[in-house]
Amino acid sequence: MSRRVVIGVFAEEGGLLGVTRAARAEGMKVIDAYTPYPVHGLDSAMGLRPSRLPWVCFWAAITGAALKLWFEFWTTMVDWPLNVGGKPWNSLPAFVPVTFEVMVLSAGLATVFAFLVLARLWPNKQPALVIPGITDDRFVLVLEESDARFDFDRVRKLFQKFGAVKIEERLEEA
Amino acid sequence: MADFVLPAQKPLIAGDKTPADVTREICHSLEGRPTPLWWGGFLLALSLLLLGAAAVTYEVATGIGTWGVNRTVGWAVGITCFVFWIGIGHAGTLISAILFLLRQRWRTSVNRSAEAMTIFAVMCAGVFPVIHLGRPWMAYWLFPYPNTRGPLWVNYRSPLVWDAFAIGAYFTISLVFWYLGLIPDLATVRDRLCSGFRHKLASVMSLGWNGSFRTWHRYESVYLMLAGLATPLVLSVHTIVSWDFATGIIPGWHATIFPPYFVAGAIFSGVAMVLTLVLVARKTMRLEDYITLRHIDVMCKLLLLTSGIVAIAYATEFFTALYSTGHFEEFAFLNRAFGPFGWAYAIMVGCNVLVPQLLWFRKVRSNLWMVFPISILINVGMWFERFVIIVTSLHRDFLPSSWTSYRPTPIELSMLVGSFGLFFTLFLLFCRLLPVVAMAEVKGVLHVGHERKVEAPSAPFLLPPVEELEPVGAVVARGGLE
Repeated sequence: MSRRVVIGVFAEEGGLLGVTRAARAEGMKVIDAYTPYPVHGLDSAMGLRPSRLPWVCFWAAITGAALKLWFEFWTTMVDWPLNVGGKPWNSLPAFVPVTFEVMVLSAGLATVFAFLVLARLWPNKQPALVIPGITDDRFVLVLEESDARFDFDRVRKLFQKFGAVKIEERLEEA
Repeated sequence: MADFVLPAQKPLIAGDKTPADVTREICHSLEGRPTPLWWGGFLLALSLLLLGAAAVTYEVATGIGTWGVNRTVGWAVGITCFVFWIGIGHAGTLISAILFLLRQRWRTSVNRSAEAMTIFAVMCAGVFPVIHLGRPWMAYWLFPYPNTRGPLWVNYRSPLVWDAFAIGAYFTISLVFWYLGLIPDLATVRDRLCSGFRHKLASVMSLGWNGSFRTWHRYESVYLMLAGLATPLVLSVHTIVSWDFATGIIPGWHATIFPPYFVAGAIFSGVAMVLTLVLVARKTMRLEDYITLRHIDVMCKLLLLTSGIVAIAYATEFFTALYSTGHFEEFAFLNRAFGPFGWAYAIMVGCNVLVPQLLWFRKVRSNLWMVFPISILINVGMWFERFVIIVTSLHRDFLPSSWTSYRPTPIELSMLVGSFGLFFTLFLLFCRLLPVVAMAEVKGVLHVGHERKVEAPSAPFLLPPVEELEPVGAVVARGGLE
């Protein structure tokens, strides 16, 4: 399936921010924006919901810590109990540091892995760049030509108002 | 929005740059041929590394007897270097994670090189305990794995096991954090170059990054979480390193002040090392507009603060020892300051407490010919701090008949020198292969302190609805915090 999109290229982050707000206020559908750096405030301008990745982080931390703590008790008390300096079998306070380290490690690795999966990033992936220079100094807004009411002239005027350096219609394979 | 100017705020990046300038100038140092200065430094570092490698090979082949350690002084230069390098690494995490959480946006110019420093310093640190095992090929015994000896598991009550986990987790998380920050910049390098080794490296490692803001949005969330994880992690790592000593009963080690004292010392030495590195990098790679005198000034103030904390720790430690009326404790500290290693104690106090006091003066902070030697002296002082803690506490223990002295052998000193060789070899390679300044982050702070050029739209139908506009007060407040 393919869809028609309009892309507007801007030279300044302020232009992209303004046009994104205005386009959404006009009821246009923002597909995505492309920027060389994370533009402050663009997430609210695009109406993006907060990421759910913190949940991955939270549950990975809980799981990692719980498994490690269980493992420490199991090796020390069950599988091969070894009396070290007369210390109690249940040395919970001494088990805390390693549990903490494993918690941080599992939370961090799981979060990054989940991010790479969700954002579909993998080694040696060939990117489909919206325009050359997007990782340098260009800012791009991609709007969907969603229905019959879509008015290209109106979009063009809007883009020009915010200083678009280039406006283009494209057919995009979805 | 936000086309206001804060009069009090100076720009973070000098020279009124555009994002394209940032890309060009930072990538420029990757694209040309290395300068003679780089080659000189690299060959020097490489030869030091080879010297260290030869010393380690000889030591492993012959035995720990090639070192000056003995039955009384069982830990010396090796463990000193371990603690020293781990401490160096901590400033990188401070700058990349803690200052990120504190919204200190000046960090963007130095965080990439500081994080690289962390990774290389932890690599240097990791070498020493492994060599110290005596049989380094059995280093995997440090980790629990099913084995045919029972299975006999590691002793989770031992701080040395905690240490293995702490260093392992710290290295992994630091590496992931650094790499995550590199992905957008690698994409920039990929799109800028058309061929060559760096292009291939960047193509594989940039993971197909295309600048999509939906990805940026998730990326920022992940970055924030990693910063949040790295912050307690870095505190835990040096706390655990200090427990290697503090859980022992040796006078001079057995102190509850050790965790905060070690963490502060680590950040102190690390910031000094960051300062040494960025002063060299800004000069040799012409980054004066990115790493401005303002950055150096802020780092000098950080040094002053942490030096103060370290000074209080020295004083507290000494006071507690004298006030405790414990003979052994009292003796350990008097011997530390006035005994055979009193010269090392004097270097430690001189370099870590007295020399940094010069940084109170703005004239000193803005004179790089003063800042550079001060940063090096602090590194020397912090190395001696660990040496003093380890060796003076051990060499005269409870039983006078076992008292002895310690003198490092050339093998140990070669390993010390070799660790610097490893560090600088890796750092210089990093300078040639990867962007030394986080381009994407710097582009985000270009406007700080500058007037924005974008005009607000004039036609009324284009204005966003009122509820989406930020109240002016909020914008000013946010700008004011930067």
